[in-house]
Amino acid sequence: MTMVELLDTTSSAIAAEFVRSRTRAGSPAMGMVMTLVIVVDEDDAESAMTAARQASAEHPARVLGVILGDGRGAPVVNAQVGTGSGWTGETALIRLRGEVTKHPESVVLPLLLPDSPVAVWWPTDAPADPARDPLGALAQRRITDSANVSRKKSTALRSQCAAYTRGNTDLAWTRLTPWRALLASALDQHPVKVSGATVAAERHNPSADLLAAWLEDRLRVDVTRTTTEGPGVTEVVLETKDGPIRIARPDGVLATYSSPSHPDRPIALRRREVSELLAEELRRLDEDDVYAATARRLAKPRRRR
Amino acid sequence: MTPPPPSPRRANPLRDPQDRRLPRIAGPCGLVLFGVTGDLSRKKVMPAIYDLANRGLLPPGFSLVGFARRDWADQDFAQIVHDSVKEHARTEFREEVWKQLAEGFRFVPGDFDDDAAFDQLRRTIHELDEVRGTDGNHAFYLAIPPGFFGTVAKQLKEHGLTDTDGDSWRRVVIEKPFGHDLASARELNAELDGVFPPETIFRIDHYLGKETVQNILATRFANNMFEPLWNSNYVDHVQITMAEDVGIGGRAGYYDGIGAARDVIQNHLLQLMALVAMEEPTSFEPEALRLEKQKLLASVTLPRRLDLTTARGQYLAGWSGGEKVRGFLEEEGIRRTSTTETYAAVTLHVENRRWAGVPFYLRTGKRLGRRVTEVAVVFKRAPHQPFSETAVEELTHNVLVIRVQPDEGMTLRFGSKVPGTAMEIRDVNMDFAYGGSFTESSPEAYERLILDVLLGDPPLFPRHEEVELSWQILDPVLEHWERKGKPEPYASGTWGPASADAMLARDGRTWRRP
Repeated sequence: MTMVELLDTTSSAIAAEFVRSRTRAGSPAMGMVMTLVIVVDEDDAESAMTAARQASAEHPARVLGVILGDGRGAPVVNAQVGTGSGWTGETALIRLRGEVTKHPESVVLPLLLPDSPVAVWWPTDAPADPARDPLGALAQRRITDSANVSRKKSTALRSQCAAYTRGNTDLAWTRLTPWRALLASALDQHPVKVSGATVAAERHNPSADLLAAWLEDRLRVDVTRTTTEGPGVTEVVLETKDGPIRIARPDGVLATYSSPSHPDRPIALRRREVSELLAEELRRLDEDDVYAATARRLAKPRRRR
Repeated sequence: MTPPPPSPRRANPLRDPQDRRLPRIAGPCGLVLFGVTGDLSRKKVMPAIYDLANRGLLPPGFSLVGFARRDWADQDFAQIVHDSVKEHARTEFREEVWKQLAEGFRFVPGDFDDDAAFDQLRRTIHELDEVRGTDGNHAFYLAIPPGFFGTVAKQLKEHGLTDTDGDSWRRVVIEKPFGHDLASARELNAELDGVFPPETIFRIDHYLGKETVQNILATRFANNMFEPLWNSNYVDHVQITMAEDVGIGGRAGYYDGIGAARDVIQNHLLQLMALVAMEEPTSFEPEALRLEKQKLLASVTLPRRLDLTTARGQYLAGWSGGEKVRGFLEEEGIRRTSTTETYAAVTLHVENRRWAGVPFYLRTGKRLGRRVTEVAVVFKRAPHQPFSETAVEELTHNVLVIRVQPDEGMTLRFGSKVPGTAMEIRDVNMDFAYGGSFTESSPEAYERLILDVLLGDPPLFPRHEEVELSWQILDPVLEHWERKGKPEPYASGTWGPASADAMLARDGRTWRRP
């Protein structure tokens, strides 16, 4: 990838470099569909940019990595700008130091693609209220990852749910899609009333909490949450009058699907990479009503049993 | 476009129309594949099944039964599938996905007229219903020459394989060619119709499964800026091209006597034309789409002078893309006197208010300049130019090109000022690369179509009415060609015979170089 280093620069210089590098590459047709802003620290920047590059194969985007450095001293903006080789769009990794770290939106705003949607992703720690964050406020989609925070692991999801605003989403929810798809199709095939449910997962697993909340919300039953060694969610059981519908995945890869009056069958249920989760997340940028309802339920104080 | 799955007994509380993350997974079912050893099965169907499983779209317990004249056990068949998946699947090979599929492979050896084999097939399917929970839902995929469709259909019926009980379903999937003229298409349909109800016959035209083809509908009907121009007031003519750079390869047995028009125009190009030219359907329900396509095909007419408005050719030996290649008549298995065309072009008119006076030029051929499929909507010139004649010398017609493959996308060609002091206007291209955008999630056409078969979702499959209408359009051309002359030779690696250029020149037009 041709990377151009811009030291002590400004947004307009970065924007000019985007245009120059595009012209240098012979003005390749770029159907960039959105701007993706990644707010990350130095240590996690590389892996986050890699995941974004993989996701960019599906969603050509202008990807702006923003590293908020030390807030002391004179304000400095440094950037690496590039296009091509593995990226379907344009990319800039922008490092901020000094006072400008308090005003990152002033750097990012001029670099947003005209009219196209904006998504912000915090790969690790996220603001307590993403919608009120200066960068989060620029975006239609705010992606957090409660399973990947470095502090307050046990409460991260609940506080994100409490701060839920239209457009917020969490990769802990995205991780559930294959489980939810399988459970929904299980009930397509067994259209019977579910009288109770169990979700088993490792101890701190935001996805399992969301899954339990989703099942409670949709099925109007109590859901028992049990703890296992993991990895991730290991088993979901739906109780029906005909017997249990059970999906057990002890190894994080291959699950066994059991349902009343049917033989047990294996089904692939792999835990997905972050890049795949990100790609799914960027596929739709309107409000996820089902997540909204699930987050609301989870944010409510637990009902008495 | 896809309605929620039918839930006759009780609404599924886990389904919510707002919940668009959840894909539709096919219900319990299996696929019986006839013609296991053919290219179609190994290169397309088997890899597509794996890819579907890998994307989590096949139900637990999905089973695949192979049927062929081979002395194989289940494991031998599994090995064939394994090899084909490894070589041709689009997505990464994963052990856990293979495990999910592998337990459901069965093989039934036998001929198509072998009663014992079909009895065994019935037992196999019953066994799968027991141990894999396929619940009596099975699709029969006939990846075999059409000459055998009738035999297999009869056998399936005689051995009770088409009987369903309650909610279970049986479907049949066939591939082109759907006959070689109107009469044979009707005959073929009659053979299947007696065995399978029309809504359970799925005719695969893999072109219709392509994302870009479906995008034609999105481009036309989801936007407001194209539709006002989409008529004879603004459109000069439409060119639909499907060009291949390869020769007939190993398909001599199939190709000789069939030719380019039957092979491509009758199905792919006329379907493309229908989607480009039809009126807006009332909804995207299969029935509504079919009605509009059918209406369009029914209003297609041929010009009176077929000698002046059609062209056909045969490729000669020569150089194609830096490779020395044989001519059609020197290909293995082709009669030296063959009059089968490898290039065909036709002029069609649409007799309705929208398109009256706008010719549609359809062309297809082998050993042409490059591999490309596209629809070019060529607009009329501006009625008045305030610029001097020299200024617009290099300005031709505005064109909107829908690139179907490869390099899927859309090109808009229009005039723009050349930088400088003089006013000089030249054609420029604006490209939208659809392929570059959504590639990762864009499934192979076969994946989409096989999933639609298993879901019972038929909008992308032509019904026999459409097939018959297409033959009705093409039959007079084929008869004319039969009676008069023979194909004109053209050099390999070029854009077809001179008569094709002359055909457009008569109308004062030229073919676009795609």
